[in-house]
Amino acid sequence: MSNLPASTAPASGIPTTHPLVKGEVGPGCAKVDPIVIADSVTRQFGGLKAVDVDHLEIPRGKITALIGPNGAGKTTMFNLLTGFDKPNTGTWEFDGKSLAGVPAFKVARSGMVRTFQLTKSLGRLSVLQNMLLGATGQKGEKLFASLIRPIWKKQEEENTARADDLLARFKLDAKREDYAASLSGGQRKLLEMARALMSKPQLIMLDEPMAGVNPALTQSLLGHIKNLKEDGTSVLFVEHDMHMVMHISDWVVVMAEGRVVAEGPPETVMKDPAVIDAYLGAHHDTDLGDLMEDGPNPVLEAERKAHEAHPEAETSGYGDTPPAAGVEETKR
Amino acid sequence: MDWGNIFGNAVGELISPTTAAYALAAIGLGIHFGYTGLLNFGQAAFLLIGAYGFAIPTLAGAPLVVAVLCAILCSVIFAFILGIPTLRLRADYLAIVTIAAAEVVRYVVTTTGLTDFTGAANGLSGFKGTFAAINPIPQGTYGFGPFTYSAYDWWVRIVGWVIVILASVLVFLLMRSPWGRVVKGIREDEDAVRSLGKNVYSYKMQSLVLGGVLGSVAGIIFILPRAVQPANYTTGLTFFIWTIMLLGGAATIFGPIIGSMIFWVVLSLTQGILYGAIESGAIGFLSTTQAGQVRFILVGVALMLLVIFRPQGIFGNKKELSFSV
Repeated sequence: MSNLPASTAPASGIPTTHPLVKGEVGPGCAKVDPIVIADSVTRQFGGLKAVDVDHLEIPRGKITALIGPNGAGKTTMFNLLTGFDKPNTGTWEFDGKSLAGVPAFKVARSGMVRTFQLTKSLGRLSVLQNMLLGATGQKGEKLFASLIRPIWKKQEEENTARADDLLARFKLDAKREDYAASLSGGQRKLLEMARALMSKPQLIMLDEPMAGVNPALTQSLLGHIKNLKEDGTSVLFVEHDMHMVMHISDWVVVMAEGRVVAEGPPETVMKDPAVIDAYLGAHHDTDLGDLMEDGPNPVLEAERKAHEAHPEAETSGYGDTPPAAGVEETKR
Repeated sequence: MDWGNIFGNAVGELISPTTAAYALAAIGLGIHFGYTGLLNFGQAAFLLIGAYGFAIPTLAGAPLVVAVLCAILCSVIFAFILGIPTLRLRADYLAIVTIAAAEVVRYVVTTTGLTDFTGAANGLSGFKGTFAAINPIPQGTYGFGPFTYSAYDWWVRIVGWVIVILASVLVFLLMRSPWGRVVKGIREDEDAVRSLGKNVYSYKMQSLVLGGVLGSVAGIIFILPRAVQPANYTTGLTFFIWTIMLLGGAATIFGPIIGSMIFWVVLSLTQGILYGAIESGAIGFLSTTQAGQVRFILVGVALMLLVIFRPQGIFGNKKELSFSV
């Protein structure tokens, strides 16, 4: 299936060592302080091996970007790591604890919280209720304790105060009492991120946080992601747009056709021939305009969805960046 | 036409035990569908299990408390049987399983092989003794106008409505709590709730059991003024309960109560008026039997109109439903 090299010799000009890395920089390289370690994780959809990752480590306390063309298996990898999908093979651990086969809700409780490519704001709950739902260890969430308010009143007040802080930080405080369904797409992205933070996660996994968000809000989202790192939270996010990735990530993992084809700091990883191959294929010196024709092609769009989609995996409702769609065509 | 009698009967339905039983069943269904988003199309089965679970031990000589606990226990077990295989799947599967399971239990109690226990198609009667024995109201007839009932009838009404009120308070307390927030979150998007570290499966099971228990208690109240008849527990009963819940508003506290009252008052009024009109010759093309069926056609039409024009019900929040989430 894959004619891409699984690993590549470092091209000239790419440093082979990095402070985050133990040993040599390369696909699947060991990190000095990993928070997630995955081993031989595979997931097959029929005849398609959507994910086939031999080894992957995510550094702690850093912003790691997971990039790759459409259908590279990024979202599937996300689903596997967070327990939303079950792999055919593989083990992975988070913060030293094995998470293979652990259900999604327990993964979240252990401190690894995710967001979704298609935002999942809880429409008919208020913004504040959405936020409060994110708090963990709530006494009032037990059936019998919930009947007696004094048991959970104090905790609820603390959570509300924290939710208000976060809402103010994400500039959603004016929307506090509104139904989440009344928010704009970008505000929902913010809400989802803020809600995930309510549980004070060690690692937050953002699935295309910038998709469908206008440029101004993108800047503010990027700022929020940077702030997360400053607060000591590790971040792993999926993104299509390489330029967005350059600005904020400390480390970039590139996937293509289910495999990790390259890894490295953002400044140099783009020069890796494997990345150029993955993104541009054989046409990388052709004018992209010739491939794009008139914007996103509906056939390609459908094809991409079929490629990425699985009953449990979400499909992107957002239009893709035209180069990526064009590349998709040339890859086949 | 005897308008006084027609209105008297209709007003009597306001506090009838049947109204209370349907209200309680609708409160249970409201926990399932209105708050948690579980599509339970087998609420009739919970009423049936409550009815038989109460009547069979009573007829075998069990005291009242034991019989009630038996009914509740049976409904809990039934909820688990329904929930364990289906609650991990999408909501639609629960709908299919519940509607099928409700028919299965109805056929099981109707089968002649079980005549000794369930009375087969004839059902059960003669189980009111233990309940009547603890009636503190002295023998006699009480009340005024249309609300004149015997001591036993009053006893059934008082107990029935007290239970309905207790169930409403329970739902109110639950739904203002963080527990209620989690189940409402599950209604909106269970994957999102899962991603926030909540055990969605467990919450759905708790909700299914809780609503089912209320359904089974409703089943007990339902049979106290009458006999147990398997023919009462068809899918029609489930859809009446759905109508009542949607009429009042699915995720509301008073919705099921008011919905049940309106439902039964309207049924009684239409019956009275149609029968009166037929007897007085005003309507010549209908027999009284047909008129009985026409009432239920009206229920169907009302349900359709309700869902199309006022999906939030009487007490529901218009704003809440104006989002097509």
